[in-house]
Amino acid sequence: MSAAPAIELRNVSLSFESKRVLAGVSFALGAGETLFLLGVTGSGKSVLLKLMMGLLKPDGGQVLIDGQDLVPLSEASLQPLRRRMGIVFQEGALFDSLSVFENVAYRLREEHLRDEAAIEQRVREVLRFVEMEAAMDKMPSELSGGMQRRVAIARTMISNPSIMLYDSPTGGLDPVTGYSINVQIAKLRDMQHVTSVVVTQHLQDAYELANYVYSAEKQTLVPLPQGSPATSRPLTRFLMLRDGGVYFQGNEQEFTHSPDPYLRKFLT
Amino acid sequence: MISAMITGVLKRWVQNVQEFTLLLVDAVRQAFTPPRYLVDTLMQMDSIGFGSLPIVVLIGFFTGGILALQAYREMSVFGEVGLMGELVALALVLELGPVLTALMMAGRNSTGIASEIGSMVVSEQVDAMRALGTDPLRKLVIPRLVATAVTLPLLTILADFCGLLGGYFVSYMTVRLSTAQYWTSAYQSLSYKDVFQGLLKPFVFAIVISMMGCYEGLHTTGGTEGVGRATTRAMVVASVLIIVADFFITKFLMAIGFY
Repeated sequence: MSAAPAIELRNVSLSFESKRVLAGVSFALGAGETLFLLGVTGSGKSVLLKLMMGLLKPDGGQVLIDGQDLVPLSEASLQPLRRRMGIVFQEGALFDSLSVFENVAYRLREEHLRDEAAIEQRVREVLRFVEMEAAMDKMPSELSGGMQRRVAIARTMISNPSIMLYDSPTGGLDPVTGYSINVQIAKLRDMQHVTSVVVTQHLQDAYELANYVYSAEKQTLVPLPQGSPATSRPLTRFLMLRDGGVYFQGNEQEFTHSPDPYLRKFLT
Repeated sequence: MISAMITGVLKRWVQNVQEFTLLLVDAVRQAFTPPRYLVDTLMQMDSIGFGSLPIVVLIGFFTGGILALQAYREMSVFGEVGLMGELVALALVLELGPVLTALMMAGRNSTGIASEIGSMVVSEQVDAMRALGTDPLRKLVIPRLVATAVTLPLLTILADFCGLLGGYFVSYMTVRLSTAQYWTSAYQSLSYKDVFQGLLKPFVFAIVISMMGCYEGLHTTGGTEGVGRATTRAMVVASVLIIVADFFITKFLMAIGFY
């Protein structure tokens, strides 16, 4: 395993025309850790995710994935890095002209895998993981919002990424569907030890993922037992953006017990 | 205040020209290197080319008919109705065939391309595509550019032929011009240089139509409202550029002594 952090941002800044979106953002996230990105609407959370994926280039600073700076890389040079990463967009961003099967198989076809049987086997495997195998032949327009996001998770899982980025995965969903998405995030984190960055405005989701683990036996989230050792807890960090900069970063305890008035306001 | 606004508008305009040029250069450069999306290109040829057949046939036929009607009105005064075939052929092959077909294609395909790609941009499908290892330039832009560049000259030939048919139909119905006289006059009036010019123009117009649709689509912002704006802009700018390019191609060919 590489000693470098899985994701590291150093003094990243970005402006759109005259509007400053990010200024001097720095943080590092170790392999297997989960980072919850918090902040009000328009604080730059989604932009930060796109920077980590190399979909946007910062005006200044470095974005390092497993120690490699992706800022100077061309679109073609970014592909090997992106292969190790997956991003789930806010609304799923499924290709609406392709079926669920073709959406999930997309990356395999792009990599010129010709063995149809192997493609189907792998697609079924990841769709089964997110409990969407039955919807394999449906079109995205036939799926609910929650189902679309589960298919989007399956689509990113197809190449076994070691880093997953989630942009408001439960935004706009009812609590039951939102919970099912959290189960998938925890499942990937706990079963495949994926490094995760989750943009969310639902603190409840962050607490749930910080204090619950996925039980393969019960196929749902179960609470960590009281007094469980720190090593058995998910490595979870919280980072809050405000006015384009990092306003807070720390663990759940530091976040929850912070006396800072702005954080208190956010927590209530 | 006003000068700042003018400067801002000019800067944006220059930036748009620069970005459009870069997109065009990248598309042309990368069209010759793998990976290529042959299936996507064929699907675009079907949609852009075959899908445009009915309007091209109708527009071509009636344009030729109108030309013959107008020509008859003037030529009958001088007793030169026998030259109707020549007039229809030259007007169609040199100007009206390429320009009208391109304008129809701009209305149908620049808008279609801009709205399709624009919708993909605002729903983050283009970002998802990039995240999944696909270069949108190769997957979305180049197939549309190649498909339009191949099909528009062919559609123009068809429009020219349908126009000649329309002209013949009107000539026969109005002055009972004989079939031999009409077609011989039309055929003999055209030189290879005319045909070359008539095929060079649609090739250039195809680049304008496809690239303007792609450019506006890829630069769509502002949700579904933005898609509408991009679609309108693609149609308007492509139409204006077709007429401007037509003028400059004609002028250029004259300047180099092509005629």
